[in-house]
Amino acid sequence: MSKSLIVSLSPHVHGGDSVQKNMYGVIIALVPALLVSFYMFGLGALVVTLTSVIACVFFEWAIAKFILKSKRTTILDGSAILTGLLLGFNLPSNMPLWIIIIGALVAIGVGKMTFGGLGCNPFNPALVGRVFLLISFPVQMTSWPVTGQHLSYLDAETAATPLALMKSAIHGDASALSQLPDTLDLFLGMNPGCVGEISAVALLLGLVYMLWKKIITWHIPVSIIVTVFVFAGIMHLVNPEVYASPFTHLFTGGLMLGAIFMATDYVTSPMTHKGMIIYGVAIGFLTVVIRLFGAYPEGMSFAILIMNAFTPLINTYCKPKRFGEVVKK
Amino acid sequence: MKTFRIGGVHPSENKLSADKPIQIMELPKQVVLPLSQHIGAPAVALVKKGDVVKVGTKIAEAGGFVSAAIHSSVSGKVSKIDTVIDASGYRKPAIFIDVEGDEWEESIDRTPDLVKECNLTPEEIVAKVKEAGIVGMGGACFPAHVKLAPPPGAKAECVIINGVECEPYLTADHRLMLEKTEEILVGVSILMKAVKVNKAYIGIENNKPDAIRKMQEKAVLYPGIEIVPLKVKYPQGGEKQLIDAVIGRQVPAPPAIPINVGAVVQNVGTAYAVYEAVQKNKPLFERVVTVTGKSLKNPSNFLTRMGTPMSMLIEAAGGLPEDTGKVIGGGPMMGKALSTIEVPIAKGSSGVLIMNEKEAARGEAQPCIRCAKCVSACPMGLEPFLLATASSLSDWDKVEKEGIMSCIECGSCQFTCPSHRPMLDFIRLGKGKVGAIIRARNAKK
Repeated sequence: MSKSLIVSLSPHVHGGDSVQKNMYGVIIALVPALLVSFYMFGLGALVVTLTSVIACVFFEWAIAKFILKSKRTTILDGSAILTGLLLGFNLPSNMPLWIIIIGALVAIGVGKMTFGGLGCNPFNPALVGRVFLLISFPVQMTSWPVTGQHLSYLDAETAATPLALMKSAIHGDASALSQLPDTLDLFLGMNPGCVGEISAVALLLGLVYMLWKKIITWHIPVSIIVTVFVFAGIMHLVNPEVYASPFTHLFTGGLMLGAIFMATDYVTSPMTHKGMIIYGVAIGFLTVVIRLFGAYPEGMSFAILIMNAFTPLINTYCKPKRFGEVVKK
Repeated sequence: MKTFRIGGVHPSENKLSADKPIQIMELPKQVVLPLSQHIGAPAVALVKKGDVVKVGTKIAEAGGFVSAAIHSSVSGKVSKIDTVIDASGYRKPAIFIDVEGDEWEESIDRTPDLVKECNLTPEEIVAKVKEAGIVGMGGACFPAHVKLAPPPGAKAECVIINGVECEPYLTADHRLMLEKTEEILVGVSILMKAVKVNKAYIGIENNKPDAIRKMQEKAVLYPGIEIVPLKVKYPQGGEKQLIDAVIGRQVPAPPAIPINVGAVVQNVGTAYAVYEAVQKNKPLFERVVTVTGKSLKNPSNFLTRMGTPMSMLIEAAGGLPEDTGKVIGGGPMMGKALSTIEVPIAKGSSGVLIMNEKEAARGEAQPCIRCAKCVSACPMGLEPFLLATASSLSDWDKVEKEGIMSCIECGSCQFTCPSHRPMLDFIRLGKGKVGAIIRARNAKK
């Protein structure tokens, strides 16, 4: 025979899944939230997310090319675009460009490439960027434009977020809870907040899409949501004057965005279903603890980052059930 | 519908030859019969150069308890005993026979009549199965008589027959169930008698509704045999997965074997071979082989004499396509890629799969993104990403502790990996090393 045959070990076929498919799948799942943010914050949302995505992709490319000197480009795998989108979604829509760019550099540079790039980072890069900005630029990070100002960016009028009102209630402001928007408005996204976090319904649509495409499983988002609902619900029952209703907790701040898109990041979350549930319950618990008893009004980012640190430990102790451990049905 | 409980994947079925009746392959000019067509000790040759043999003449006897006899698949003259590269890719000793005519041993019943009655004792059945050189026909090639002789203390409770054929592309078992339905059922009854049980299950995936229907129609005539339709999921044809799917029992980690949960598992092809051996005095010298592939002109099922070169089957199915990239002995999930198409068909050759260059190319490996899809896919409940990484770092203690020896090499992990990581390559390496370490440790004791 003239031609030589390819010899390799089995399996000889592949399911056709790829890193790109998963990353772009998550990006597609973020589209509803993106559209809502454009509708609510107009120009500002566009500028912030676009800047964040471009800056993240640029830094990934520049670091890979000039510092790591790697031959392969990784910017097309979609992970940098995703980090950029998620970072942008976690910022107010009146954020100055230079701060966004610093955030992108920290997210991609410190959060991801320092550890070796895709797959190696212990912490969610977008959250590393966000928390860095929250600590470094607390004023800019906590001024929230009111929804519906389509043509304003830096000059947008701002207001207190529902979470800030909930915090004031805990600090003794008896009228704060009555100023909260009603639950349906919160669910749809008619409230001040970060670019991509405001609309619970849009984010839930994204969850449905990701579950349908089998990009993620239900374990992490559901365990976070259920834990927050139960814990916040108990507190609300104990003292409804001070502690807001569990629905308000679910539909405000970064809870949905965090539970559906940030905590489910493949790289930084546990590998087994049992581990995922422990991780999700802990995130939900920590979030409510920070919201109710901590210094910050929002605890989602911190809760996820803290649990990212526990992921290796969870992986060590939560093993999948081996075949043969159950002998009889 | 029943299926196994842990992991599994859904490869495209691609059963291109499912509606092609079994054709009888013409005789080659020469057959090459390797002495090692089974797991265990190689057979010992009984013939020498120049000996004249008939179809069915025993030409090599079992070289130990776990071994199998080999019979001539043709009549003619032994031309030499030499080595040949077989489907495993290794060079092995083999008997070469030049074909002259087609004269069968007189003891073989060549009539097509169904013989139902079997008055042999279990011991006589096992002896006949052994004498006929029957091995597991699904591809593993474990000598059949060994499984029919439970070790002391173990007791069989049921026979489970594997009609799953979960490998994509392959249709040999499917055709056999359609065309030799009653023969298979008689074979199953004989197997039940051999291990002294009165219950047998035949597991068939529901992508073969015609086979399920036909088997169910005929099975009513055979007491104790139940057809179990199974939900399509790979690797359901794995022995342990099949037992779990059919009777809901899980075989514990090695060294435990199916008999420890009371099951004796055999393939439908094996049941058919047992029928022929016991009822027709016909030793195992031919089998159904699926020749298939998307670029192949006529994907077919051939009843082929052992030792026929694969190239002849490919020729009969339309010839090797121009764009061939890989030729696989077996199915796409667990088959072996061959370096040449001049290898002989052996007892374990369930199929020949031709893949074009595009299908044959492996995707470029990307970093692990820890998506855990391999963990969800593993039918043994292992963590393939961890085993592969630890094996690549030569951490043999770790991989042993993480259960690497339980891996059945089904390839579900690699199939499902979005990063195209060659996990199973590393896991096989680790299994080899850990296996050697365990044997050395046991030898010391």
